[in-house]
Amino acid sequence: MALLQIAEPDAPPAPHQHRLAVGIDLGTTNSLVATVRHGIPVVLPDAEGRPLLPSIVRYADRGVEVGYPAQDALVVDPQNTIVSVKRLMGRGLADLSDARRFPYRFIDAPGMVQIETRSGIRTPVEVSAEILRTLRLRAEASLGGALAGAVVTVPAYFDDAQRQATKDAAQLAGLNVLRLLNEPTAAAIAYGLDNASEGIYAVYDLGGGTFDLSILKLSRGVFEVLATAGDTALGGDDFDHRVYCWALETSRVGPVSASDTRLVMLKAREAKENLTAHASTPLVATLSTGERIDLTLTAAIFTAITETLVGKTLGPVRKALRDAKRTPGEIDGVVMVGGATRMPQIQKAVATFFGAPPLNNLNPDQVVALGAAIQANVLAGNRARDEDWLLLDVIPLSLGLETMGGLTEKIIPRNATIPIARAQEFTTFKDGQTAMAIHVVQGEREKVADCRSLGRFELRGIPPMVAGAARISVTFQVDADGLLSVSARERTTGVEAAITVKPSYGLADTEIARMLQESQAHAAEDMEARALGEAQVEAERMLAATMSALDADGDLLAPEERAEIDAAMAPVRRLVAGADRHALSAAVAALNRATEEFAARRMDRSVAGVLAGRSVDSLAED
Amino acid sequence: MSITLTENAAKHVSNFLSRRGKGVGLRLGVRTTGCSGLAYKIEYADEIHPEDHRFDSHGITVVVDPKSLPYLDGTELDFAKEGLNEGFKFNNPNVKDECGCGESFNV
Repeated sequence: MALLQIAEPDAPPAPHQHRLAVGIDLGTTNSLVATVRHGIPVVLPDAEGRPLLPSIVRYADRGVEVGYPAQDALVVDPQNTIVSVKRLMGRGLADLSDARRFPYRFIDAPGMVQIETRSGIRTPVEVSAEILRTLRLRAEASLGGALAGAVVTVPAYFDDAQRQATKDAAQLAGLNVLRLLNEPTAAAIAYGLDNASEGIYAVYDLGGGTFDLSILKLSRGVFEVLATAGDTALGGDDFDHRVYCWALETSRVGPVSASDTRLVMLKAREAKENLTAHASTPLVATLSTGERIDLTLTAAIFTAITETLVGKTLGPVRKALRDAKRTPGEIDGVVMVGGATRMPQIQKAVATFFGAPPLNNLNPDQVVALGAAIQANVLAGNRARDEDWLLLDVIPLSLGLETMGGLTEKIIPRNATIPIARAQEFTTFKDGQTAMAIHVVQGEREKVADCRSLGRFELRGIPPMVAGAARISVTFQVDADGLLSVSARERTTGVEAAITVKPSYGLADTEIARMLQESQAHAAEDMEARALGEAQVEAERMLAATMSALDADGDLLAPEERAEIDAAMAPVRRLVAGADRHALSAAVAALNRATEEFAARRMDRSVAGVLAGRSVDSLAED
Repeated sequence: MSITLTENAAKHVSNFLSRRGKGVGLRLGVRTTGCSGLAYKIEYADEIHPEDHRFDSHGITVVVDPKSLPYLDGTELDFAKEGLNEGFKFNNPNVKDECGCGESFNV
């Protein structure tokens, strides 16, 4: 029989309805998969009980190896054993300043670099998919069924190309991606920081080879990344290397062979890990030359030889705080992520810098995956009825389009939570108009010129109709990963046009902040500009309509009536280009009154035209 | 009338409860859904209702609502591992047959 899980009270645990969902931390060095089981987030280990999967893929003679077997082959088969593929995601060869550090045969391809392996040419997306597939199979074996979906984490600084590549890899691996989640946000969720109403948090993430610092702002349950900074070439491995150098220098051994280097590096890492819980540790190794290393590494020595490395992490911390315009004292909590943050000197340096002990009671290797699992569980719908949904990502600036008069019409307001879709109907401005230009903009200001242009497209093939008769439905849709698609559809013919844009692309947080401040500072001015623009559009529409009516049915008017309408049009023409919207509106209203009788007569004539020559019986059938 | 836990199941429940940080015990029940009539319900108990039947087994409090009890009387709850998968199993003497997936049953 099935193995059952304990559910939360009031959760919907009806049979077959608990949807299996996982969180995946797709890391540069190691990857993990986690889920919420019996209401508790846990990492799912492999059959040997190992929670981590080294992010290494080897294209071997017989099939693909992922994880530990691939790691073992790293030395003998470096060209076909891909490590740190995350650094290649969504990157072209030109983007890789350090391409020569990789031992691979790179092929430059448009969009993303490719790697020539024994099994043929592979893209970083395909390599990542192998890692994700391994995790998916592990999760399915552990949970006893197919997965309903997964949340995959990405660094906060990943751009759209890198996010899209990650999503593609997950889909290729047979995963249904519920959402991509920023790594620091996942860590904050794991610590339950989203349960508070608001706060500013720092996430200090020191992994094997990379360092990232993110400043997060939580307000009304929504996390926003205020700033990120980091060093892509600083991590726990550098600490191992310092210990390695110290061991060789202190023991006065000469240049060592490659295999001895690996041996001493391994011993250095063990010594480093021992110092997390002990004040000193032996470091003993016998080299292939017969030379012997026999040392004692104390915490004091370790702290001294790695002081500059610890100091190097504080540079990005200061930069991120400066970018977020915060002081260390304004940070409500610091979350520690990454195995390297276990080192006592790191904990101490961070505590001293922020003036408060960091949050560190969860396993720092697992915290991102655990947060992703919690989020996946929510998105899959496995939660109690009365709990609020977690709202995690918002639109930073309103999305809209340009309307007549250079004004913006906001379709999706700022701070709307994603995913979201909103539709609005528009119509044609001129008689016989057969195309419509749609200009997608982002910003809070009323005038298009003050907003940021995201893209343009044209809807063609609108059947010729009088102005205002066409019904064009414009839909704005932002998916869970922040990708915006805009489509326009003419309702009678069904003609359609669409565009996909990336609203977050290239907009720095500081730029967003500036645009917001400007919109507040110019609120009154903007309102006036909008009112004037609207009055001008209305005046022009009125003039055009009156002119076309006079052309068509001018014979309905006596000469003095015609003169009266001409006289009413003159002030509208004179004022339409000016800035006095009150005078313009008054002139338009006067023109409207002057043409009322004319409009009524035109209506009578058109009704008579329609009815002419038809019997009452045929009308009744309609 | 009795409901029991195996020692292994009790150990896991105790562990889950302490990691969850709240809850007075385990609530078992049945509900009328699933592909073969009835389905088991297993959740954390945050409160005990006046009408609940209460059992203690290896230090774990198990509560069952009175309507579910006839279907569950005599049940032993076990914790099992099958490969990488793990979870709870109902050894219920009242069951006549169950659906293929084992999440629902008939009495």
